Amino acid sequence: MEIPKSFLGYKRENGRAGTRNHVIILPVDDISNACAEAVANNIKGTIALPHSYGRLQFGADLELHFRTMIGTGCNPNVAAVIVIGIEPKWTKKIVDGIAKTGKPVEGFHIERTGDIGTTMKASKKAQEFVMWASEKQREECPLSDLWISVKCGESDTTSGLAANPTVGNLMDKLEPLGVHLCFGETSELTGAEQVCATRGATKEASEKFMKTWSSYNDFILKEATDDLSESQPTAGNIAGGLTTIEEKAFGNFQKIGNCKFIDVLEPAEEPTKGKGLYFMDTSSAAAECVTLQAAAGFNIHLFPTGQGNIVGNPIEPVIKLTANPLTVKGMGEHIDCDVSKILSREMNLSEAGDELIKTTLRVANGRLTCAEALGHKEFVMTKLYRSA
Amino acid sequence: MATDIIIHDKKDNVGVVVIEKITPKQDCACWIMEDDSSTNIQSVDEIPLGHKIAMVDLKEGDTILKYGHDIGKVVKSINKGEHVHVHNVKTKKW
Repeated sequence: MEIPKSFLGYKRENGRAGTRNHVIILPVDDISNACAEAVANNIKGTIALPHSYGRLQFGADLELHFRTMIGTGCNPNVAAVIVIGIEPKWTKKIVDGIAKTGKPVEGFHIERTGDIGTTMKASKKAQEFVMWASEKQREECPLSDLWISVKCGESDTTSGLAANPTVGNLMDKLEPLGVHLCFGETSELTGAEQVCATRGATKEASEKFMKTWSSYNDFILKEATDDLSESQPTAGNIAGGLTTIEEKAFGNFQKIGNCKFIDVLEPAEEPTKGKGLYFMDTSSAAAECVTLQAAAGFNIHLFPTGQGNIVGNPIEPVIKLTANPLTVKGMGEHIDCDVSKILSREMNLSEAGDELIKTTLRVANGRLTCAEALGHKEFVMTKLYRSA
Repeated sequence: MATDIIIHDKKDNVGVVVIEKITPKQDCACWIMEDDSSTNIQSVDEIPLGHKIAMVDLKEGDTILKYGHDIGKVVKSINKGEHVHVHNVKTKKW
């Protein structure tokens, strides 16, 4: 198949391109959710991103909070942002971080004004932003403007046999065309960590990966009250035939094909070494991982599933694929790309990779994903430790 | 011919059922992905889609190989053709 050289995206002020054109209402903290949701309810076409944190965090955990907030606002799938926080200082810090992209952003704080007054002021600005954004047109953008993140979930053995290798096949075909790629799931590489480390493009990248994985594994060993066999693999994984974390890890690892990763990113860290594959230190919980990848600037997500994970994200479209025919049959409304014919050998891996590329481009051009049509908007902040 | 079981790598001692289920004493056609070769096995247990079958006799302490790699240890001996899962295999990690 000849791979198209471009897609229709929204060009942003900083040179990036979006596959979506959202105007978001971003609460800085948990207690500003109500106001953010009130604004999104007032102004059609905007979307609020409520979450659970943002108060009394400190150190690396607070840094991650800001990085996720600012990164979400900076994502090229976002046209404009309203930031609402309880107090002015942290609100301004997030506004200033997003403003560097050149996109419209304005902050509001609730103290001394209250929810109702803040909702009124923020709603007026949100209306202005959404009407401005509604005139943006999709334009031809080079394929290299795609930043593709990947994460698998509710995996079973069909994931490792077919769905994950299909993503790997797409990576092998698109990496030479200059796209950015990202995989994560530190814990779910356990058992395959030595093999994964050999896939660093440089000695530094390999060493950085092993350091990241070892730090995660040390934390697991310190905190675990059992062998984690209740959580890894999950009950869904086990029902699907996965027996051990090692088996899950080697299946997971199929997603990167033959690509080598050029750098290891902190959670929600924007890649800065140009095109190519990156590893990000993330949890393996679906919504947490996708939220971090979206905050790092990735604008389209591929999500292979076995038993049928249904996750979505408010700003980054999440494309589901599966090779499990029972999942296609039972919950087809969640599956954007069916590659189950690989198992019956009616389709080979390269054909499946081509199908996934076609689906990815259709979604990049504007087709809604199943998760978008079904209203999945899971926005889940990663928290590193308890607050002060 | 239809494939009942797929094996990732020639070195693997387990295969994955890729039809809705296999029944006891079923003669199964196996496909080895790595070198596109074929083999056969007779099942002992009923095994559902996605679950593993032992391609050889395995004893306690043996290593299960899948993708050509170590994915855990046998904790209860397994005969060729039997179901391989959490009841007879455990992780070597954590």
